[in-house]
Amino acid sequence: MAYDYEKSIRPGKLPHIWCPGCGHGIVMKGLIRAMDTCELDRKNTAIVSGIGCASRLPGYLDACTLHTAHGRAAAFATGVKMAKPEMNVICCGGDGDGTAIGGNHFIHACRRNIDMTYVLMNNYIYGMTGGQFSPCTPTGHNASTTPYGNPDPIFDISKLAIGSGATFVARTTAAHPREIDKLITQGIQHKGMAVIEVIDDCPTTYGRRNKFRSVVDMMKRLKTEAVPVKAAAKMTAEQLEGKFLTGILFQDTEKPEYCDQYAEVIKKAQGA
Amino acid sequence: MSGARLEVIERNCKGCSICVEFCPKNVLEMDVFLVTVPRPEDCIKCMQCELLCPDFAIKVHDE
Repeated sequence: MAYDYEKSIRPGKLPHIWCPGCGHGIVMKGLIRAMDTCELDRKNTAIVSGIGCASRLPGYLDACTLHTAHGRAAAFATGVKMAKPEMNVICCGGDGDGTAIGGNHFIHACRRNIDMTYVLMNNYIYGMTGGQFSPCTPTGHNASTTPYGNPDPIFDISKLAIGSGATFVARTTAAHPREIDKLITQGIQHKGMAVIEVIDDCPTTYGRRNKFRSVVDMMKRLKTEAVPVKAAAKMTAEQLEGKFLTGILFQDTEKPEYCDQYAEVIKKAQGA
Repeated sequence: MSGARLEVIERNCKGCSICVEFCPKNVLEMDVFLVTVPRPEDCIKCMQCELLCPDFAIKVHDE
């Protein structure tokens, strides 16, 4: 019954540094379950991250891990995959790391359709650096640098990934733990760039500035705002106001994968 | 329903109370900053507490 997570975690690393109620722990559990389902050999799995709360995740996992410069997770992961195409590469990061500071690397990894899985934890804020607004902070919401409300429109990460050329794009929330591991499993099995956006809660720097009274309030909001793709097909635009879609949003198995394309280039250069 | 044995790893628990709120059978309770299991016999093993605990602090064992 009880799931053995401890065998995938480096000894002595728990309790982790995340705040009470932070959803990153739930995502880490989902990732461990997905890696077990796919029977990934930990010695042949690279987990790459940048900087931030979410990017602390690989530090806990007993696999080949790489903690890199801010926003550069996708760039380093591309390097790992190009050098060792047989490795399974998983990227982890937050919304600020992935779409603001590392936005360029993220969209170009998507464009190349390189075979990796990007688990992007969107908690609407830069948590670790003190609650500055990120490109995903909803318009009008407060952050430490926007005390009168954020005037900026937001990035829709999934649409950004689809538009940039990723071939597997899915979204779920931290309040749907079984869906997290299901989607990450499918993402790992997909050949090509898979982006799994997990909408997360940050009670410490986002929740308390935006009138969420508790962690549970934030989790309940995730449950009510998430609408599965199938259910959304039967709903009107008015009913979908303020909600977001969850599930597999886009999948394409036709587009060529980058490492395969590059192997062709190597063959040509060697005069075959 | 025979109930289950719920193990709370006190060292990991940060007292966020997610497990208490999402338990459908009201098995768990908060003791200030630590979760306690006063009614393990009511547990239906839905695993919500274990799946939603961000801190690896609760485990549902088959008994």
